[in-house]
Amino acid sequence: MDDLKSGSNLEKVLKAGHFAFTGECGPPKGANVEHLREKFRHLKGVVDAVNVTDNQTAVVHLSSWAASAIMVQEGVEPNFQMVCRDRNRLAMQSDILGVYTMGVRNMLCLSGDHQKFGNHPQAKNVYDIDSMQLISLVKKMRDEGKFFNDDPIDVPPRLFIGAASNPFAEPYEFRVYRLAKKIAAGADFVQTQCIYNMERFREFIRQANDMGLTEKCYILAGVTPMKSVGMANYMAKQVPGMDVPESLIKRLKGVEKNKVAEEGIRFCLEQIEEFKTMKGVAGVHLMAIEWEHRVPEIAERAGLLPRPVIE
Amino acid sequence: MIVADRKSIHEILDMVKDCSNILVVGCKGCVTVCNVGGLKEVQILAATLKIARKKEGRPLQVDEALLERQCDPEYIAMIQDRVNDYEAVISMACGVGPQFLSEAYPNQRFYPAVNTTFFGGAVAHGIWEERCAGCGTCIIHHFDGLCPIARCSKSLMNGPCGGSDHGKCEIAKTVDCIWDKIVRKKMEQGRLNDLLQVFPAKNWQTARDGGPRRSRREELIQNG
Ligand code: SF4
Ligand code: SF4
Repeated sequence: MDDLKSGSNLEKVLKAGHFAFTGECGPPKGANVEHLREKFRHLKGVVDAVNVTDNQTAVVHLSSWAASAIMVQEGVEPNFQMVCRDRNRLAMQSDILGVYTMGVRNMLCLSGDHQKFGNHPQAKNVYDIDSMQLISLVKKMRDEGKFFNDDPIDVPPRLFIGAASNPFAEPYEFRVYRLAKKIAAGADFVQTQCIYNMERFREFIRQANDMGLTEKCYILAGVTPMKSVGMANYMAKQVPGMDVPESLIKRLKGVEKNKVAEEGIRFCLEQIEEFKTMKGVAGVHLMAIEWEHRVPEIAERAGLLPRPVIE
Repeated sequence: MIVADRKSIHEILDMVKDCSNILVVGCKGCVTVCNVGGLKEVQILAATLKIARKKEGRPLQVDEALLERQCDPEYIAMIQDRVNDYEAVISMACGVGPQFLSEAYPNQRFYPAVNTTFFGGAVAHGIWEERCAGCGTCIIHHFDGLCPIARCSKSLMNGPCGGSDHGKCEIAKTVDCIWDKIVRKKMEQGRLNDLLQVFPAKNWQTARDGGPRRSRREELIQNG
């Protein structure tokens, strides 16, 4: 498989044409490595790669690169996330080299939530480059073996480059264009924002198929099981760019209180079933926020186990 | 123009708490236009300071002056006869004013009465908004005259980010998402394809990141 860009497990699974399944894990707000290792163990063998979030929601957590390195030690493949909010291009390039030397092979490039949301709203933000430019930076490092300033790199990092796409943020008309831009910039795979509005997502994928985008890049559909009606309401109202249809909230409200979580998982499983046959969708990205221990069960019920092992 | 807000009266009182006489200097430039540091505001500040100190039983003598601009040495020179007659001087100009004063009169103490905030303009009576961040290399011709550097909360050049919602920025419902406006304007004009190119990273050397900046106009520089 010499034509692999990174040789990551995720890349191999996708390239071999399997329906990919990725997970997500937020590092702790502290140095509790044991807890982190515990979370990783739930995911081992259950997903193809695990996203390691980078100071998510602009709240300080254990660094994404350190958590990714620990994940490598645990035998789970990380998808290292990097946001543009906290680093300039110097810090970014040195961290990219750093994670590569620690065995990281996937990297997701993100703008990052504005620091206004987080626990250090007084911080000076960086946004030296944006997520699009970060994608092209990683691609340049990998494919041209050059830093951003064109200096040669002695052993370039070989990373499978990921990007995020939110089909539900406004203006909708531009979303597929922005996806096209990210692919043009060098994204090898794209994970979407949590999908609840299936109608709108079908339309998004249809457009992406029409534009030939799904042939150039692997699209993983993002899902997050709803745990409660409160969570659904919160996501619908408070989280920017999230589209939770009234019909889903109604459905969750329609079951007994102690069965809401199960109903949330059922909806998620129905979605996965549809994604499996949806043209242009190459896999699912499951963001089970602080529910890592339930991922094996979801994977099992979704018929996604065992995961393919590719040498 | 440069937009500023006046500091709180408590903050200003604290700056001059040891003084018994001060001079308040206004500016007829930008801070007059945004109703912060012109004649009227100088008078109000002077009166407020006097009243507050009188209440404390420690009267403060406050004199007033108004300069054409505080960002030009020739106008700064106009108070040279009296500037040292006071224990301190409060400038109501943007941050440039107290610095020009301070450089011109090294023996005097100068305090800023305003917080200099941004380059912007009046969008409605009494409301000013940021429009430019003075990045030093203007690129707004690519975006139909709308600036993503100053007006996108993340200075994205390839936005809109995933947080754009009903035309508002993810940081607050009161803040417009400039990328929403850029995209809509392009759509209206049938030129959305303009935005398909990936705009390269910005060279911030011309912005503040390149260190303090200087503008030279050879034809205006007089010899001798
Ligand atoms: S591109 Fe730079 S110079 Fe032009 S309006 Fe924006 S901040 Fe100002
Ligand atoms: S919502 Fe719009 S203005 Fe706010 S950060 Fe995102 S692109 Fe920029």
